[in-house]
Amino acid sequence: MSSAYELAIEHQAVSSTDQKNQLHPRLLKSPVVLKATGVTKSYRKGKVEVPVLNGVDIEVLEGEFQAIVGASGSGKSTFLHLLATLDKPDDGEIYFEDNRIDNLPAASRDILRNRYIGMIFQFYHLLPELTALENVLMPVMIHHGFMSYMLQRRKFRKRAKELLDLVGLSHRLKHRPREMSGGEMQRVAIARSLMANPRLLLADEPTGNLDRAAGEEIMEIIHELNSAYDVTIVMVTHDLSIAAQADRTVRLAEGRVESVSFQS
Amino acid sequence: MYKLLLSWRYLKSRYIALASIVSVTLGVATLIVVNSVMAGFSDEMHKRLHGILSDIVIRSHDLNGLPDPEWHMDEIHQLAGDDIEAMTAAIQIPAMINFRDNIQGQWITQPITLIGIDHQTYSGVSDFSEYLLHPDNREQLDFLLKENDYGRGKKDRFPVSGWARRRVSAEWEQNAVEAPSDSEGIDAADIPSSPFPLIDDSGVEGQGATIAGLDGQISGAPGSTGDLDVPGVPFQSSNEPEIVFDPSSEQHTGIVLGISICSVRGRDADGEVMDYYFALPGDDVKVTFPNTGQPPKAVSDSFTIVDLYESEMSEYDSSFAFVPLAKLQDLRGMVDVQSGVKSVSTIQLKLKEGADLNAVRDKLQARFPIQQFGYQIQTWRDMQGPLLAAVQLETTILNILLFLIIAVAGFGILATFFMIVVEKTRDVGILKSLGAPSSGVMSIFLGYGLSLGTVGSGVGLVLGLLFVDHINTIAGWIEQVTGQEVFDPTVYYFNQIPVIVNPLTCVWVVIGAIAIAVIASILPARKAAKLHPVEALRYE
Ligand SMILES: Nc1ncnc2c1ncn2[C@@H]1O[C@H](COP(=O)(O)OP(=O)(O)OP(=O)(O)O)[C@@H](O)[C@H]1O
Ligand SMILES: [Mg+2]
Repeated sequence: MSSAYELAIEHQAVSSTDQKNQLHPRLLKSPVVLKATGVTKSYRKGKVEVPVLNGVDIEVLEGEFQAIVGASGSGKSTFLHLLATLDKPDDGEIYFEDNRIDNLPAASRDILRNRYIGMIFQFYHLLPELTALENVLMPVMIHHGFMSYMLQRRKFRKRAKELLDLVGLSHRLKHRPREMSGGEMQRVAIARSLMANPRLLLADEPTGNLDRAAGEEIMEIIHELNSAYDVTIVMVTHDLSIAAQADRTVRLAEGRVESVSFQS
Repeated sequence: MYKLLLSWRYLKSRYIALASIVSVTLGVATLIVVNSVMAGFSDEMHKRLHGILSDIVIRSHDLNGLPDPEWHMDEIHQLAGDDIEAMTAAIQIPAMINFRDNIQGQWITQPITLIGIDHQTYSGVSDFSEYLLHPDNREQLDFLLKENDYGRGKKDRFPVSGWARRRVSAEWEQNAVEAPSDSEGIDAADIPSSPFPLIDDSGVEGQGATIAGLDGQISGAPGSTGDLDVPGVPFQSSNEPEIVFDPSSEQHTGIVLGISICSVRGRDADGEVMDYYFALPGDDVKVTFPNTGQPPKAVSDSFTIVDLYESEMSEYDSSFAFVPLAKLQDLRGMVDVQSGVKSVSTIQLKLKEGADLNAVRDKLQARFPIQQFGYQIQTWRDMQGPLLAAVQLETTILNILLFLIIAVAGFGILATFFMIVVEKTRDVGILKSLGAPSSGVMSIFLGYGLSLGTVGSGVGLVLGLLFVDHINTIAGWIEQVTGQEVFDPTVYYFNQIPVIVNPLTCVWVVIGAIAIAVIASILPARKAAKLHPVEALRYE
């Protein structure tokens, strides 16, 4: 563990061993999947530099369900984008399964996002011209060239249908996003994020745009993924009741980790 | 894979983008139409020029001069006998023709190019005989007047000609000569201007009026003015009674006239295209030409029109007149009194299929050097070089202009694509978040441009080909709607717009248009590829 990480721990006045102890027993032997140390990021607005993250450290264990909470504008989404290598931190390091990923070349980061890290967003971010099934197939279409895709397309379509079935949408295969409700779109997005069988799922307020019932359905799916399929999940959320279900909740404030709490 | 799918879906969901390539479509269609019509025209011209002009022409600089054509032909045979299919000698001289217009009865004088031909061999070197109006003459010309039947298989509504016409004409003249005093008291209007209507099946009324420059006077009926020399009956005066020429059963030396020498093309009262003939096979004409004297004197002789020549090249149809070579040599004094050697002014060659024109020309030029013989040796292409080059230039310039139109369309595509990229910003972010590389994003939009270009130029190709296929029908419609003549057969001498679709040209036009569409989509595609994924995802 780096000194920056220790600093952060000190700041929270919680020792590393305490942390581990407080985690769910099933995670005690889990390796670290994702680790961020001293991540800083600031945006430049003309001449003014707006600091968003001032050294954020987190650690995510395999099989863990971690929540990131914080006030609006505290930089949660920004941080998640850095974890997903959609953007580069100004400073600090990000490791995925012990490999540093924040400074990888673009091609490697593309592969990482395509095959190892799944993402879901508040606004679903489905491609409007494609059907539910095609949206779910998108990651493998990007992965495989034309010939390779065509040769394996039965297998891929079967898997995509299974995933849509898993999220309860087997009756919506041919629907376009605008023909679906928010909850349905989010379920398609979840299925898409699972298509490449990623080791890590990053979710940015997946229930933020949904009513309570739909949000609960989504959360049920996410919980099932985590418990039944052992998918590691990092989820940004506003909803404290959702955060309470997480193994570990990281609170961001003023660009730092303000506190870390564990499921009781 | 996703690139194809997305390009295709964008194409299907953004019909507005199709509008941006309408100009590509139109440009492609116009290019194909213009090229086909131009190719049709120039091909038709080539065919005609080539048909009229033999492959290679050896022409003496002097009108009187290429003595002993047999010797020359032997030489040529030894030189390039393998390549030569046919050879003929001819005389080509400027001349004046003089005949009585059978509409107005006035005398018409015109400059012509008089060509003395050996009718046995002349049709071997060019398509000459194909252009004759009488079917028998098309088989073999003999310079003898035929009974009737002129224009069969070529022109319907051709007026009565040949002996049938000549007999009636002679009889009518005879009557006019016999009773000149009787006719004096008769009102001029009662005397028919001609024994024949101009066109066999339509009224004479109105025709005179449509022919520019000819007013409606009818006073010049043949024979009514006794002091005029009546053609065809030159020796009718009682001074020389011993020579009796009976125009109803005899003919002068035959002459084949270019059809435009003795006709004009105009429109009748109904606007139908119609030919008006001032003279027809069976009529007599006088031709005046220079002899070989020093200085040349004008020689005149009477000829009987035995056929008309219609190559549909107005330049030739309005100037060529063909007479038998031997007769012309006699009349001009081109026979050497001592040796009996006759002269000609040109030797024309037709080469075998596939023979190299220029190579043979060069051989001949080497054999008959210009310093020694003063002959001009040219291929038909050399002779019509400026005309062919002009058509070529015209085609090139039109192509450049039309391609500029497609280039303008390119800018339309550019603008539309920029808008589409802006509209699709979030999609780009999504794709990148799913791990699509920038190059992949770029190729989506390039593929989009490619498919737009393909669709646009494909539709343009189909439209263009359809247009070309029905061009004459379409020209007809436009004429009906606007009342404007689109393609005036009186000007072009074609009854139909000739078209030739060159597949290679089509391919190039389509490739060019697609290339422009793709090039125009490069900038927007690069812009899309460079979008920052996070900003693209945040984009609302
Ligand atoms: N491109 C940008 N340029 C300038 N400032 C930016 C940019 N993107 C984000 N910010 C700023 O960074 C800060 C953090 O934004 P971020 O979206 O990460 O917040 P958040 O915690 O996700 O908020 P919310 O809960 O509302 O989604 C905000 O103050 C925002 O204004
Ligand atoms: Mg956010």
